[in-house]
Amino acid sequence: MRYLDEFNDPALARRLLDDVHRATTRPWAIMEVCGGQTHSIVRHGIDQLLPEAIELIHGPGCPVCVTPLEVIDRALAIASRPEVVFCSFGDMLRVPGSEHDLLTVKSRGGDVRVVYSPLDALALAEAEPDRQVVLFAIGFETTAPANALAVLQAHQRGVTNFSVLVSHVLVPPAVTAILASPSCRVQAFLLAGHVCSVMGTGQYAPLVRQHRVPMVVTGFEPLDVLEGIRRAVLQLESGRAELENAYPRAVRDEGNEAARRVLADVFEVCDRTWRGIGTIPASGLRLAEPYRRLDAEARFDVGAIRTGESPLCRSGEVLQGLITPHECEAFGTRCTPRAPLGATMVSGEGACAAYYRYRRLDQPVAAPGRGG
Amino acid sequence: MADVAGPAADPATWSCPLPLRDHDTVVLGHGGGGRLSAELVEHLFLPAFGGADPAGLHDAAVVEAGGARLAFSTDSYVVRPLFFPGGNIGHLAVHGTINDVAMAGATPLFLSTAFIVEEGLPLEVLGRVAEAMGEAARLAGVRLVTGDTKVVDQGHGDGLFVTTAGVGLVPPGVHIGPDRARPGDAVIVSGSIGRHGIAVLSVREGLEFGTVVESDTAPLHGLVAAMLAAAPGVHVLRDPTRGGLAATLNEIAASSAVGVEIAERAVPVPPEVRAACGFLGLDPYAVANEGVLVAFVDPASVDAVVGAMQDHPQGRGAAVIGRVTDAHPGVVAAVTAIGGTRIVDLPLGEQLPRIC
Amino acid sequence: MCLGVPGRVVEIHGEDLGRTARVDFGGVEQVVSLAYVPEVQVGDYTIVHVGFAITRLDEAAALETLDLFAELGAGDEPGTTEPSP
Repeated sequence: MRYLDEFNDPALARRLLDDVHRATTRPWAIMEVCGGQTHSIVRHGIDQLLPEAIELIHGPGCPVCVTPLEVIDRALAIASRPEVVFCSFGDMLRVPGSEHDLLTVKSRGGDVRVVYSPLDALALAEAEPDRQVVLFAIGFETTAPANALAVLQAHQRGVTNFSVLVSHVLVPPAVTAILASPSCRVQAFLLAGHVCSVMGTGQYAPLVRQHRVPMVVTGFEPLDVLEGIRRAVLQLESGRAELENAYPRAVRDEGNEAARRVLADVFEVCDRTWRGIGTIPASGLRLAEPYRRLDAEARFDVGAIRTGESPLCRSGEVLQGLITPHECEAFGTRCTPRAPLGATMVSGEGACAAYYRYRRLDQPVAAPGRGG
Repeated sequence: MADVAGPAADPATWSCPLPLRDHDTVVLGHGGGGRLSAELVEHLFLPAFGGADPAGLHDAAVVEAGGARLAFSTDSYVVRPLFFPGGNIGHLAVHGTINDVAMAGATPLFLSTAFIVEEGLPLEVLGRVAEAMGEAARLAGVRLVTGDTKVVDQGHGDGLFVTTAGVGLVPPGVHIGPDRARPGDAVIVSGSIGRHGIAVLSVREGLEFGTVVESDTAPLHGLVAAMLAAAPGVHVLRDPTRGGLAATLNEIAASSAVGVEIAERAVPVPPEVRAACGFLGLDPYAVANEGVLVAFVDPASVDAVVGAMQDHPQGRGAAVIGRVTDAHPGVVAAVTAIGGTRIVDLPLGEQLPRIC
Repeated sequence: MCLGVPGRVVEIHGEDLGRTARVDFGGVEQVVSLAYVPEVQVGDYTIVHVGFAITRLDEAAALETLDLFAELGAGDEPGTTEPSP
């Protein structure tokens, strides 16, 4: 068992697809919450293999896309300071702020570095005590424990030149906000498998009961995504609304207790603004009191941040599943991965970028190219 | 392309195919071999230099002189670190330019080289690079005939940059170019992809990971000669270096105004490359190669060409991965393993490891 | 969100929150933190995200899932939908 090829098997994918086709008798709208699943769906062409009656709505589960503009602009300002080494996951480097992105900061002399693990940033701080190392701590519940451990260890070891710019977000409040929206069309949810690996599944049971909506914990390989869709369809067709785990090899009901313990120690829940969506109560994490001295926002005074979002960008509606990317007039013309207007076009997980990269063949958008 | 003929240096006038307004300075992606690189050539260099037709652009130019057809190419090599599993910057500098000349169907003959050395580089390092270049040239049967050395202040270089230029002779009757793909052509790769890029990444500072993957750096002119001798129907040759297979297929699709359709199951991606791309979040189709070529071949010649490739040391893993279609000109599509389809886009610039 | 890749634990060092492992992702090895998976032992598979093992993969559960897929539509004519190319 290698846990990869087995879950990419074309013959089994065919069986799952056949079963979905057999089961589907009516139109259904299913949201995959997680950007990783959006990526998998378009990367493998899964949406085109489903019955036409099934509509997949791409949810707000891309941390790059929902990081608020104000935080991006603050990151750009901090990264531009001469004493700072700004460490970020590669995903964030092309996300547009009001005026430019981290790659532009780097090209103008800012010391911006891509890290693979948050602990690499801490190691860098310890190796270069004369520099101020700032970690851009973004992500959902899966990434937050990793950033939390970097904070905890910096605190314990008394590292004074390390700080974090925190913009963590939480999935359940976002799902709640989507369900509470009067324009909500979502009839079932595929829940983010790796978030559930950390947090468990308990937070979703009340939502299933209260809103009578099926939720299926779903993995990321093609067979996992198909199984999540299949189970959602079976529930919808039979009028059930239950919480199911279609990713049991990686998700236990109770989640990861060790990770949750450190999370609860280092961070506390706060309100957060989601780019393109707005403020969602209790939907984010910030440093808890004992760790505030590691807060980059407090450490670096970058003055008032004034943001300016493109008026053309409809990423908020895309993130809420109200429109698909190609329904936006700027899609593929004024807004491309090369010159993105909003973060959904930047991140590999962003619905717009995923559509642009993988779906143009059947979209009425001219393919740009030399000599074309 | 008429609308780009104006004063080229002003980004505000860059209007085709897409407005380039997000960078007013050069960013790393401009050298990444993807869309940003292509736009720089198309909108800044070509209008300034005058003349060349972007659709005919090739890694080597074919020019006539004294009754002979010469393939002429130049390339600069910047790689960090200078030494990586399977080779060093010297091997790349010799093999890369040989390959660029060979992709015009030419027999490479002479190379020039220029070094930009950062003050403080150990002479021993420069010596090892020079020896690697000499050995690579000897083994390839190509002569290094002239060169130049410049030294820059410490902090103004990255240890060592190497530039090589090369000339070769195009045999009579050989006409190969990126604009010559035709519907029906088979798309062939000479071997497994992604090894060079992953080998270099595995020793990149801050990203080190353990792997048995070595760079595939190798001269390909012998393989090209064997292919041309086997059958007449070789239309396009290209070595998918920066930007990888994805960039190469997109460039050819655009230059020839044809569609390309590949079957993902047929593309040889070594398991180690797939694994490294998996945990770094990279697309193996966009990872650089230094010893692989892509060929577009007339259907009548496919069997003979593939056979000749598989008989050659550099082409043992040759495989047909797709075909040219007259549907969706300029677009590369892939049939995925589970039977869906997707677009293989021109990579934007440098690939960045991602977490999500 | 959250690119997570399965890998096999080859070698373990340290303890508690400082516990790390060499993890094999199929011919590629990387050192990852085992801070959050104290139960993981050499030979186990784990999902790795940003250099952290976040969960131990359960082989029995994986096999059960695959068996379920294999049984789907057993006895039916295969290929009732669009054939795969």
